[in-house]
This record gives sequence, structure tokens and C-alpha cells, in this order.
Amino acid sequence: MSFPEIIVLVTAILLTITTAATPLLLAAIGELVVERSGVLNLGVEGMIVIGAVVAFVMAQITGNAYLGALFGMAAGCIFSLLFGFLTLTLVANQVATGLALTILGLGISSMIGENYVGQAGAKLEPIAIPLLSSIPLIGPLLFDQNILFYLSIFAVFGVSWFLFKTRLGLQLRAIGDSHGSAHALGISVIKTRYLAVMFGGACAGLAGAQLSLVYTPQWIENMSAGRGWIALALVVFASWRPLRVLAGAYLFGAVTIGQLHAQALGFGIPSQLLSALPYLATIVVLVIISRNKRLTLMNTPASLGQSFVPDR
Amino acid sequence: MKKILLALSTAAVISLAASAAQAATKVCFVYIGSKTDGGWTQAHDIGRQELQNHFGDKVETVFLENVAEGPDSERAIERFARSGCELIFTTSFGYMDPTLKVAKKFPKVKFEHATGYKTADNVTSYNSRFYEGRYIQGQIAGAVSEKGVAGYIASFPIPEVVQGINAFLLGAQSVNPDFEIKVVWVNTWFDAGKEADAAKALIDQGVDVLTQHTDSTGPMQVASERGVKAFGQASDMIAAGPDTQLTAIVDTWGAYYIKRVQALMDGTWESQSTWDGLVDGILTMAPYTNMPDDVKQAAMETEAKITNGELKPFTGPVTKQDGSEWLKAGESADDGTLLGMNFYIKGVDDKLPN
Repeated sequence: MSFPEIIVLVTAILLTITTAATPLLLAAIGELVVERSGVLNLGVEGMIVIGAVVAFVMAQITGNAYLGALFGMAAGCIFSLLFGFLTLTLVANQVATGLALTILGLGISSMIGENYVGQAGAKLEPIAIPLLSSIPLIGPLLFDQNILFYLSIFAVFGVSWFLFKTRLGLQLRAIGDSHGSAHALGISVIKTRYLAVMFGGACAGLAGAQLSLVYTPQWIENMSAGRGWIALALVVFASWRPLRVLAGAYLFGAVTIGQLHAQALGFGIPSQLLSALPYLATIVVLVIISRNKRLTLMNTPASLGQSFVPDR
Repeated sequence: MKKILLALSTAAVISLAASAAQAATKVCFVYIGSKTDGGWTQAHDIGRQELQNHFGDKVETVFLENVAEGPDSERAIERFARSGCELIFTTSFGYMDPTLKVAKKFPKVKFEHATGYKTADNVTSYNSRFYEGRYIQGQIAGAVSEKGVAGYIASFPIPEVVQGINAFLLGAQSVNPDFEIKVVWVNTWFDAGKEADAAKALIDQGVDVLTQHTDSTGPMQVASERGVKAFGQASDMIAAGPDTQLTAIVDTWGAYYIKRVQALMDGTWESQSTWDGLVDGILTMAPYTNMPDDVKQAAMETEAKITNGELKPFTGPVTKQDGSEWLKAGESADDGTLLGMNFYIKGVDDKLPN
């Protein structure tokens, strides 16, 4: 293989990795904010799949993939409100409600998408950034991508800035660590958590839109295929740090795609082992991270998963 | 959870009452994917609809979609058995042991398991010789591939999939003796994204024809985008790749389902083990498209020869991957060997997972 050929292959592999990592990143960064506010929403999978179906159907109806993505985002957001209402207003158990949201999302999405299965649809085309996109290797990778890729990267740095550099971000983290104290300080716990949950829903909706408008531009039932759960794992993996979510999503994407290439090259490594690699990698990193107990505890939102009822 | 259970049991009671009132034969189907997956499960569901249309009021058909293989499927099958199903079709390889387990508990209920090999007094095994279609596909690939390398997206290393890989390669080698295939195992039957990733990886590594033994149209779509040719699986996938699909193996279960339900009604249903192929119409080929006329002609001839029994895809001389002789010249493989196939033939660029 000559050098230019290798560059082409590497670019192609890296491009595939970004496509695989983007939905995980979008969903995980949303869930990170939700969990930082002390809410555990296990319904990520359901919100993704709702986002995917609505994005695809609306893109078909309007003929515009961008509108589709916007509707997908809105759908994820609205769907998450259901979770918010049940757990924040009615104080239902978050774990059970989240699981129910996933099951409901899978069911509703099948119903909405029934007449759209297998149709070829509009897709989000890459937007080339002038000049930058002509840099070899990096150009096509970072500057000739679809809008959701740019958004996912932007979201990571945006969330990082928001959480650690703004007053509102500090309040949100305070609520996640001790909702009682935050309430005593006069911060509106429920309102902030509603906003966080909606942000998480919107991000999951966008992740779904990425699946049905970029990854495989069509609607297929259950097309999220467990990515919501991986996103949830990534948040823990990243110990609730935005930049580590970025690293985790890309590591996961790289191992997933890398193992397919290793197989195609005929390395003769058992494929079951290769398929398990992304999960093994996650476990290994989790073990390494959790060895330092103090650090883990410092990052974990202390009120995570606990319901809040203001006493006055 | 309680509510869900309650709803389920009420539904079961209602459907039980309904079936008693109509005295219709209740026939149930367990699906691995969704009935609109565009592939494997859709083919079974079309069969179910044909069955329903054929018998009208005399039959009540019920199905469960997206039932995972393993313990989940056992629960689903048992629920069907309890809810008054008289005949239950379990339509994925991994349902085999769960089906047998439930069948033992419900000796009066009849079961039919697809693509496995175990039977019992009330469990029939039915299967289709998909490899016949794969051989034709391979022959086409051998003719249209410029690079002489095809990409194969495989699900799980079970005999059915291995048969497909070997048959495809034999077909291709009948045209181009040096033909090779690259195999990627995705370890799932249905994950459009992952299947698409596998397709991209294979195309990036230089294959110019793709075939799949997974159920979604993801690979077909990637092939269309990248301008390589591909074969559909289980259903005609031409909609996902109008300029891409060469042909597809189309599973046509309807006639079989009608035959078996008729037998049940007549009281002649017996446990059996069938393995039908092109000749029985359980397997058909989608129209040959996007290829030169001579290739199409050759493919149709091969299809005709396999149908009338003149050509058996697994006929010697065939060498195994490790170089040892498998079939002597003129010798055809027996069904037993095929059903337990756990080795590659020469030319597969992959190590078979155990």
C-alpha cells in the first residue's frame, strides 16, 4: 500500500469513527447535564429513538433535513418533559420512570414510523468550511462534516464552559450535590432540574436525528440499537466531566470501527472478542478511574437519583 | 411493571375468549426483529399475512415482534402457549432451545422452529436452502467484481451462515477461480448502524461487491452511497438501492405456513424436519438487475439448474481452508454435513470463530 493510499484509508476510517461517535457524544453530553443536576434519566434510549423517527418523518414531510433535525430535537425535548413531570412534579421513582420512558419511546416510535420504514429519505449533507476543509486528513475530518458533528463538538465545550464558568452552572452543580442546601439558598431546584432534563431530551433527540439523517439515512424500528445505554455508561465512564465524555465517545467509536477493520483485514482474532472490545475498554477505564475513591466521590453528583420535595 | 403484567394478562384472557367464540385456529408467530425490517422478519410476516388471507375467519394469527433470543424468547413462547395458540412458529435460530423447553411443558400445543435442527414430538424444524441463492449471488459477484474480492457481512458463526459464505465463494470461484471474500462478523442480526459501519469498513478496504447475512437495509444503503454493488437478504431490498442491488434472496414462507396450518386443521400435523429450496418455492430470487445481460443470463441458467436438481452448489472438487480435501470431484455434500458446517473452504480471508 502506498503512502497516499494509506492516507485515504486512514481518513475513511476516521470519518466512519466520527459518524459512529457523534450520536453517543450528543446523547451523553445531554445526560451529563441531567445527572449533574442530580436527576438520573434512564430513558435516553427512548428519547433517541423518538428523535430519530420524528426527525426522519418531518424531513420526509417538509423535504428539508434541517427542519427534520429541528423537529427531532423538539420531540426529544417534549418527550423528556413527560419524564420531568413524572419524576420532578409527581416525584415518581426516577429509575423506574426512565425505564418506562425507554419502553414507551420504542413503542411510540414504531407506531409513528410505521408508514416510513425503508423509505429513502433526505439526509444532512456535509457543510464544507472554506479553506480549512482542503487541509489533507484534518480537513475532510473536521471541517467537511454535517451540522450535527459540529454541534456535538460545540456542545462539549459549551457544556464545559457552562458548568464550570457560569453562575447558573455552579447552581446546577450545587443542586446535583445537595438539593436541600441549594433550596435553602433560594435556588429553584425543580425549575433548574426541568431545564436540565429538557436539555438532555433535546440532545438525545439530536442524537436520534443523527441516526436517521446521517448515520443510516432511513427509519428502521429500534434503530438506536442500545446506543442510549452506551451513552449512559459513557457519562459514568467520564466521571461526569464533559471533555472526558468526548474522549470516551471517540474511544468507543474507534474501538467499534477498528475491530471491523481488523476483521476485514483478516487478522484472525476471534470476532466475538473483537466485538466485546468496546465494552471491555469501557470496563477497564471504569476500573482505573474508580481506583481513586476520593476523586470518584468528588465528581459524582451526591443527590443523583434522589427525588426532591421542598419542605416549605 | 405490575400494570404491564396486568394489561398483558387481561389481553391474554380477552384473546382466549375471542378465539373460543370464533372457534378459529389460533396461530402465533415469534419474530426476532420488527415486521417492517425490510428483511428477515418482514418475509415471515408476509407469510403470516398470506396465511391469514388464505383462511380468512378460520384462522386467527398473532405475532410478537423484537423478541430477543435467549430467556426473553422462552417467556414469549410460553405466554403464547398459555394464551391458546395451537400452532406457534418461532422464526429465529436462537429460539431453538427455548422452543423445545416450552414444547415439553405444553405437549398439546404444536411448535415449528425455523432454521434449526432439533425436533420433538410436537416440534417441527423447517428450513430453507438459502445457500442455493448464495451460490447464484456468488456467481454474479465473480462476474461483476473487477477486483475479485467481495465483502461479506455476517451475523453469527452458525452453520447456516457458514454455508452461505462457502456457497457464495464456490459460486464466485466457478467464474473466477482466484476470487476471495473478506468476512466481517457483526455479532447481531439487526443493527442498521453497525451493519452500515461494517459495509463502510469493507468498502474502504477495497471490496467492490457486498453481500450480507444480517437483516437491515443499512449495508445496501452504504453500497448505494459509495457506488458499489450489493445483494439483498431475506427480502427484496431494491427500494434501498435501485441502482445497487444485483439480486436478493427472497424468503417466501407463505405457502409453507398455509400447508402446515391446513395439516393442523385436518389433524394430520406431524413433527417433521424439512429443508426446502428453490424447487419448493420457499426461496426465490429477486429480479436480476444492474448487471450486464450475459451475467444475468448465466445467473438465470444457474437458477434453473439448481431448481431442477441438475446442479448442487456443494459439489466437488472442494478444498477446505486448511488445504485438506473435503469433496472429491463429482461428490455432493450430504445434508448432515451441511447442517453442521463449521469450516471454511479455500479462499475465505478470515478465521472462523468457534
